[in-house]
Amino acid sequence: MNHDNYSDAYLREILHSVKTVAMVGASPLWNRPSYFVMKYLQSKGYRIIPVNPQAAGEKILGETVYADLAEVPEPIDMVDIFRRSEAALPIVDEAIRKHAKIVWMQLGVRNDEAAAKAEAAGLKVVMNRCPKIEYSRLHGELAWSGVNTGIISSKRRRL
Amino acid sequence: MPETRKPGFDTLAVHAGASPDPATGARSTPIYQTTAYVFDDVDHAASLFNLQSYGYIYSRIGNPTVSVLEERMASLEGGRGAIAVATGHAAQMLAFFAFMEPGDQFIASRKLYGGSITQFGRSFKKFGWDAIFVDPDEPENFRRALTPKCKAIFVESIANPGGVVTDIAAIAEIAHQAGLLFIVDNTLATPYLCRPFEWGADLIVHSTTKFLAGHGHAMGGVVIDSGKFDWAQNQKFKTLTEPEPAYHGLRFYENFGDLAFTVQGHAVGLRDLGASLAPLNAFLTITGIETLPLRMERHVRNALAAAQHLERHPAVAWVSYAGLESSPYRALAQKYMPKGAGSVFTFGLKGGYEAGVKLVESVELFSHLANIGDTRSLIIHPASTTHRQLTEEQQAAAGAGPEVVRLSIGIESIEDIIADLDRGLAASAR
Repeated sequence: MNHDNYSDAYLREILHSVKTVAMVGASPLWNRPSYFVMKYLQSKGYRIIPVNPQAAGEKILGETVYADLAEVPEPIDMVDIFRRSEAALPIVDEAIRKHAKIVWMQLGVRNDEAAAKAEAAGLKVVMNRCPKIEYSRLHGELAWSGVNTGIISSKRRRL
Repeated sequence: MPETRKPGFDTLAVHAGASPDPATGARSTPIYQTTAYVFDDVDHAASLFNLQSYGYIYSRIGNPTVSVLEERMASLEGGRGAIAVATGHAAQMLAFFAFMEPGDQFIASRKLYGGSITQFGRSFKKFGWDAIFVDPDEPENFRRALTPKCKAIFVESIANPGGVVTDIAAIAEIAHQAGLLFIVDNTLATPYLCRPFEWGADLIVHSTTKFLAGHGHAMGGVVIDSGKFDWAQNQKFKTLTEPEPAYHGLRFYENFGDLAFTVQGHAVGLRDLGASLAPLNAFLTITGIETLPLRMERHVRNALAAAQHLERHPAVAWVSYAGLESSPYRALAQKYMPKGAGSVFTFGLKGGYEAGVKLVESVELFSHLANIGDTRSLIIHPASTTHRQLTEEQQAAAGAGPEVVRLSIGIESIEDIIADLDRGLAASAR
């Protein structure tokens, strides 16, 4: 799979199929990017489970933080990786063990070896993208901020 | 549209940013004539103020009609995002405000629109921003003028009023080697004729008052970000990379990535400079842009015919239009704007200052006024109007000496445009 470009249909299908997302590297600090993404995705109806060994046992936006993916006591649809690219491989191993269906690496995070491993295990992979940005772009909200969404349509926008 | 097709420029000019209204299905873009927007609850309000969700708070910072124009312009220029503002001058102010601090410098072409030279050279000084002006015809001049305090280089793709075309790619390279931001004013070319991001520009500014709106009904400006500039490559752009105190230590570049400039331009630039675009003016500009490709085709065709006619006229000393064989800028024009060199150009009268005054006062189809890029043909004598605040030396450097007349050729019948020029030139030679 080409990880330089993703079709809108590919991203839309992923964002519409997942319900529970484990966010590895979620921060309890309100002005960190992960907190922005978690809060936004919660507002769109996703269940976000934060994973961060430094904040294990604390709560972020009402959700208990786990030290690692293996500790999360319920099924996970997608793992969102908010860590350095080099840290992605062991997280992907855990995602495969947890039977997650999708591995999503944040803007600036790309690890082709980890991606290949996930894909070999039947998971879908997105790298170097932000689910908040992609969700809002595909649903017209990003255009409210003056951003070029690349979407041309004579159909009423779905909110 | 199916994703396998990349929409053409003319399709984007009509559709980009303007899907039917989600609430009503209105096909034309509604004019959201409102100052403020209700919050669902306190938490929703907090999310908006913290920039954690997308939405409207107050029309000084964002408005749905204005957003359509922003996306339309970002799309036409091939950029990531845009900030629409009240005027072209406000666009320049907002672009520099994003990263300049007292004591900082930037290098600008000295062949800019006279109003920009005044804004940069005088009013910017009050903020402690220092503009260094150089002759853009020799790109190395920009390199020679570099100082440790320089943060950006600013040029116009086609200079107003001189018919001068800038070597965008060469200057972009000099800017990027020095870690500077490269800003191009693309007002006179419009993205239909020239696409500066494809030649290395990082930001593009426009006065939308001109060809983009086209009708002369509405003022407006826009700053477009390519989304490709690395704000963290050096220590020059701390307002984007370091914690922003007014947003509790948020770092725009870290949080918003390639959207950082667009988000900061609204959240800080529009918030504090207050140069918001009126929704009605955004609507009028959007409507104008729909026909931009059709109008520009006619503008450049008429301009070339008028310039060729003037070049043969006995009362005319010279014509400076980059579309002419005789122009020293012809090669640059063919490289950067192969569809035409715009429709604003200057020519010199053998009769000097007096002949210039007589000409502008005796034409009947051309309107004597201080604007360009209208559907109507426009004429002005810069030395007695737009450039009169400059010294004679600055006037000459800007291509606006005493004998110079500037034309903005409209989309009327070319026979009528030429007949009116002939009548005016005959009167000016008397």
